[in-house]
Amino acid sequence: MGILTVNNVNKRFGGLKALDDVNLDIHEGTVHAIIGPNGAGKSTLLNCFVGKLEPDTGSVVFDGTSLLGIPPHKINQLGVSRVFQTPEIFGDLTLLENVMIPAFAKRDGSFKVNGWSAVANQSEVRDQAMVMLEDVNLASKSKETAGHLSRGDKRRLELAMCLVQKPKLLLLDEPTAGMARADTNNTIDLMKTIASKGVTMVVIEHDMHVVFSLADRISVLAQGHVIAEDIPDKIKGDPRVQEAYLGGAHL
Amino acid sequence: MNILSLSRSDLITLICFIIAVLSGPVILEPFGAGYPDLLQKFAIFGIFAIGFNILFGLTGYLSFGHAAFLGVGSYTAVWTFKLLSMNPIPAIIFATLVGGAFSVIIGYISLRRSGIYFSILTLAFAQMSYNLAYSVLTPITNGETGLQLAQSDPRALDVAFGRDYGAVLPPSDLFGIEMTGYPGFYFCATLLIICFFISMRIFRSPFGMMLRAVKSNQNRMNYTGLNTRPYALAAFVISGMFAGLAGGLLAVTDPLAGAERMQWTASGEVVLMTILGGSGTLLGPVIGAGAIKYFENIFSAFNETILLNAYSFLPESLQHMMASVSSLFVGEGWHLTLGALFMLIVIFLPGGLMEGFRRIKGMIGRIGGGGDVSSKSETAPAE
Ligand SMILES: Nc1ncnc2c1ncn2[C@@H]1O[C@H](COP(=O)(O)OP(=O)(O)O)[C@@H](O)[C@H]1O
Ligand SMILES: [Mg+2]
Repeated sequence: MGILTVNNVNKRFGGLKALDDVNLDIHEGTVHAIIGPNGAGKSTLLNCFVGKLEPDTGSVVFDGTSLLGIPPHKINQLGVSRVFQTPEIFGDLTLLENVMIPAFAKRDGSFKVNGWSAVANQSEVRDQAMVMLEDVNLASKSKETAGHLSRGDKRRLELAMCLVQKPKLLLLDEPTAGMARADTNNTIDLMKTIASKGVTMVVIEHDMHVVFSLADRISVLAQGHVIAEDIPDKIKGDPRVQEAYLGGAHL
Repeated sequence: MNILSLSRSDLITLICFIIAVLSGPVILEPFGAGYPDLLQKFAIFGIFAIGFNILFGLTGYLSFGHAAFLGVGSYTAVWTFKLLSMNPIPAIIFATLVGGAFSVIIGYISLRRSGIYFSILTLAFAQMSYNLAYSVLTPITNGETGLQLAQSDPRALDVAFGRDYGAVLPPSDLFGIEMTGYPGFYFCATLLIICFFISMRIFRSPFGMMLRAVKSNQNRMNYTGLNTRPYALAAFVISGMFAGLAGGLLAVTDPLAGAERMQWTASGEVVLMTILGGSGTLLGPVIGAGAIKYFENIFSAFNETILLNAYSFLPESLQHMMASVSSLFVGEGWHLTLGALFMLIVIFLPGGLMEGFRRIKGMIGRIGGGGDVSSKSETAPAE
C-alpha cells in the first residue's frame, strides 16, 4: 500500500474520456513522474487528487482517507500541497507574507480569527518562512511584492509555500514549463534537493532529462490510459512508450 | 513592541491620530468646520468608513448595501432609548450587536457569490430593508415619519434608577452629560479612536494578512488549506458591526431614525469615502469620510442668493447665467459635484488621497536632494 492509491478512476468531459480506468500506487518517500503527450489527462488526474475535480467512478485514497468529495482546503490540511502549471501565488503580498500564510494555515488550521496579535510578534512562523525563502534563494527579495517576480522566481516561491507546510505529498504540474533555461536548471536542482530530503512527490514533466534524473518510477499516460509504469530504465526501452509518446523516435 | 503591541511607526501614527481627533474643534476652526454638529458627523462617518475598509480594503469584496446596517443601528439605538435608557452606552452596544447580527445573515447569503454578483446581492438586500422599513415593518420603524422618542416611552432602566425627565423629550445623556454639542462630539471621537486602534490591530494581525490574501488569490488560499468563505464573512460582520455602531451614534447625537439612512445613495457614499481617501490604507477612509462630509456641508449650503452674490462682479445677464449653471452643482445638486470629484480621483489618483500625499512626500524628498525617495515610496506598503 502506498501513501496515495488510485483505483479505476474514470473522468469524462462530455464525450471525451479524459481518464480511462487509471490505477496508480505512489510509495512514501519516492518521486513518481507522470509523462505523456499533451492532452493525455495528466493535469486532470492531478486535479482529482486535490479536490478540484471529482472522478466519475473509482477511488482516490490518501494516507487511509478517501479524497472524494473533500474540499481543497481540507485535502491540503491532510498533507497534500500542490504547485500549479501556472504559478499560483499572492501577487499583491510580499514574498515573506506569501510563505507565512501557508505556515499559519499549517499551524492554525483552515480558519482562525487571529485579529489581535501582531504578525510582527509571530517570530516562529516568520523564521520558518525565512528559512524556506533561503532554501529557494529568494531571501534577499523577502520584502518585495511577489507579483513582480520572474516566472522562475514565482515557481520557486510557490515551491517554498508548499514546502513550508512540510507536506506528506507534494504534487507538481509541469514545474519547468515556460521557463528560461537557467531557471529550469535552478528548479531541477531544487527539486532534487527536495527529493533527497525524502518528500514524496508526484511530478508531471515534459523535460525528459528532468524525468529520468529525478524519478524513482514513471507512469506513462496516453489518451487517459496508463500504458506503462516502471522504473526509468525500463520505461526508456519500452516500445509502447516510444510509440505513444514520441511517435517512434528513440529516447 | 510595547503594551499596545504596535510597531514604532504605528504607535506614532496612533498618537498623531488621537491628538488630531481630540483637537479637531481647534484645527478645523479656520476651515469653518469647527462646530460640533459637523465634527460629530466626521467622527461617525469615519467609523463607518473604517469598518467598510476592513471589508472592501482588505478582502476586496465591494458591498453596496452597508447603509442597511447603519440604519439598523439607528433604529436599534432609538428603541434602546425608548425601552431601556437614554444613556448612550446600552444604545451603542445594542446597535453594534444588532448590526452584526444582520450582517451575519446578509453576509452569509451574499458571500455565496463574488465580484459584481456579490455587490448586486448586497445592494438588493439593502433596498429590501429600505422598502420593508417603509411598509410591513412600520410598527417597528414608524414608516415615513421616522422613529422618534415619546414622553410615554417606558425607559425601564431610567425609571428603575429613579431618573425622571419630566414632561420634556430628553436628549441622550451619559450620566448627566448631554450628548449634543461638544460632549456629543467627544463621545463619538473616543469611539472613533477606539475603532481606529482596532482596525490598526486587525491590519497588522495574521487575520488581516489572511484577509489581504482573500483579495489577492482565493484559489491559492484554498489549495493552501485555508477556507476563504469564513474569512470573508468575518470581515463582513466586523464591518457590519462598525456600521451598526455608526448608526447608533447618529441616533445618540440626534435621537431619531429614518429609513432614508438605508437608501442606496448612503451605501454608495461610504464606498466613495473609502476610495476617495484610499482603500486598504489605515487613515484613508477617515480622511475620505471627513472630506466628503466637509464638502457636502459647504456645497449643499449654497443657494441662489449666495451664488448671485458670488457672481456680482459680472454683468447682470452673465451673472444670472453663471449662477444657474453653478446651481446645478450645489445645494440639492451637490451629488453632481461629488460624482465629478470621484471621477477625477479614480482616473488620476486611483490610490485615493493617501496616494496623493505619498506622491507629494516623494516630490518633496526629491527636491530636498533625497536620492530615490520616490521609488521607495512606491514600493512601500499602502499605509
Ligand atoms: N474542465 C474541463 N472541461 C472539459 N474538458 C477538459 C477539462 N479539463 C481538461 N479537459 C480536456 O481533457 C483532456 C486532458 O486534459 P489535461 O488533463 O489538461 O491534459 P494534460 O495535462 O495531460 O496535457 C484534454 O483533451 C482537455 O481538453
Ligand atoms: Mg497539463
